[in-house]
Amino acid sequence: MVATVEANVQATEHAPASGSGGAAHVEVRGLTKRFGSTSGGILAVDGVTLTVRAGEVLGFLGPNGAGKSTTMKMLTGYLAPTAGSAKICGIDVTRDPIGAKSRIGYLPEGAPAYSDMTASGFLSFIASVRGYKGAEKKRRVALAVERTNLGGVLAQPIETLSKGFKRRVGLAQAILHEPDVLIMDEPTDGLDPNQKHEVRNLIRLLAGGEKGSGGGAGRGGRAIILSTHILEEVEAVCTRAVVIAKGKIVADDTPRALAARSRYHNALTLEILVRMEEAGSDASAVAAALREVTGVAAVEGVSVARQSQASSGADARVSCTVIPNAHASIQAEVSRLIRAKGWQVESMRVESGRLDDVFRDLTAS
Amino acid sequence: MFRGTWPIFRRELAGYFGTPVAFIFIVIFLVLAGVFTFQIGGFFERGQADLRPFFDFHPWLYLCLIPALAMRLWAEERRSGTMELLMTLPISRAGAALGKFLAAWAFAGLALALTFPVWLTARYLGDPDDGAVLTGYIGSLLLAGGFLAIGACVSAATKSQVIAFIITAVVSLGFLLAGFSPVVEFFSGWAPAAIIETVSSMSFLTRFDAMGKGVIDARDLIFFGSLIGTCLIINVLLLELRD
Repeated sequence: MVATVEANVQATEHAPASGSGGAAHVEVRGLTKRFGSTSGGILAVDGVTLTVRAGEVLGFLGPNGAGKSTTMKMLTGYLAPTAGSAKICGIDVTRDPIGAKSRIGYLPEGAPAYSDMTASGFLSFIASVRGYKGAEKKRRVALAVERTNLGGVLAQPIETLSKGFKRRVGLAQAILHEPDVLIMDEPTDGLDPNQKHEVRNLIRLLAGGEKGSGGGAGRGGRAIILSTHILEEVEAVCTRAVVIAKGKIVADDTPRALAARSRYHNALTLEILVRMEEAGSDASAVAAALREVTGVAAVEGVSVARQSQASSGADARVSCTVIPNAHASIQAEVSRLIRAKGWQVESMRVESGRLDDVFRDLTAS
Repeated sequence: MFRGTWPIFRRELAGYFGTPVAFIFIVIFLVLAGVFTFQIGGFFERGQADLRPFFDFHPWLYLCLIPALAMRLWAEERRSGTMELLMTLPISRAGAALGKFLAAWAFAGLALALTFPVWLTARYLGDPDDGAVLTGYIGSLLLAGGFLAIGACVSAATKSQVIAFIITAVVSLGFLLAGFSPVVEFFSGWAPAAIIETVSSMSFLTRFDAMGKGVIDARDLIFFGSLIGTCLIINVLLLELRD
């Protein structure tokens, strides 16, 4: 029996930092934003409460218009909240905006930059605004340039740069001062797959607390918040996923735990070889047999294809996904059935859950 | 309170020279100033060694050119989204507004300073009253500052440079003509005398005229100073507007 069992483990090597460990860098209490009149208007963010600790990479998920950007704009002091408060490293954003802003690196949506400036001119401007002078300014800019791989395009006006480079200029600007809190609004939106990969690597690097930086993030790393609607991104870089819908937090968990809420958690995706007359022309007999197994809730995505090289008489290849009741493990029972029936297993995979499925459940009205 | 003024001032000023805008503006300003002074103003024909024909046309020159200089100050930040970047940097809004205004003013001052050959010409031909020339230049600079502050303020309220240009030009025209008879007559007959007086005291032309003659009145300095200050405060308040 050739059973390839690959547990579909997500790339969450970072220790899940929620609850313990680092200092609370971002503390949000009942943050609310209403656009328009006080009675009517649109409630964009509705009482968001959230704590993000050093070392955490928080993925902010939600459909368009859910309030992700508005929340970030309030955290960074661009929008004034209607109610509630946001504290960055203990500094209230509304009471001491300059103090809070100096602790934050922010990449607004679309990475806006002064397009007529050169990349190096722009970065030195940001460094000056952040209060660096002389050799220290040069060192900061050089370090940010090195980290974001901007060396080749420093002398070019930003308007002539490709989208990927523009995004990197925006990132360089945001990390220049080694902020304790890094907030990025859709950092990979509109980039090609290679550029997305680069940006994600950079985010992972920034989360890891780099050596020799000497900056404020040296003690216990930084808190990173990024918004996205690309679910694979959350699985790839985040230690924590917060789902927001209609301005409210509807889920707050590690990406794996969130995915485990999916009905596909612990589901088995099978590919087996059977004899056609036994399976039935539409594999209904196979599906029926699987459905009889204890703990199985449903069998989905059943398809059958004729196998040409019929060794051992098995001439049909059946693929399907077996969904368990209440996320229970059904691998043993299903294997027992397969053995009893004498089916040949081509592949068997335990699903850890599908985030998009959970996302739809949580955010669809 | 004015955190960020210096870096923003430098960036803005360098920004004028990073594009052809600076050179086009300066060339047009100098050419028009020359044409007005020597052709229309009759500098030579008057037979007087003073700069009256030169300064007399400055308000009209500024009316066309200063809105062009001021329109991009904030409208461009709003349009391109850099407003969000700038307003999330650790600077004060007042610092940003002041930095931008001072950069535009310094640029206008540079264009004005480059008209010095007019003064040299007058000196070559005769013996102009240098004190009057100096007060004329100071008055002209204050006038430019007044127009620029209005322009910066309008620019902060829109993301369209064209709208900023037109509204600034119209408001500036209103200030220029405030002391003139059509405006005064419009108010007289129904408005109380205090209002008519207030409106006509707002006139740029009347105040500028006095300085061109070599008279610097503290009231004129206070007028332009408080106009610039008021506009900048409104400018800072308008930065709170979000789209």
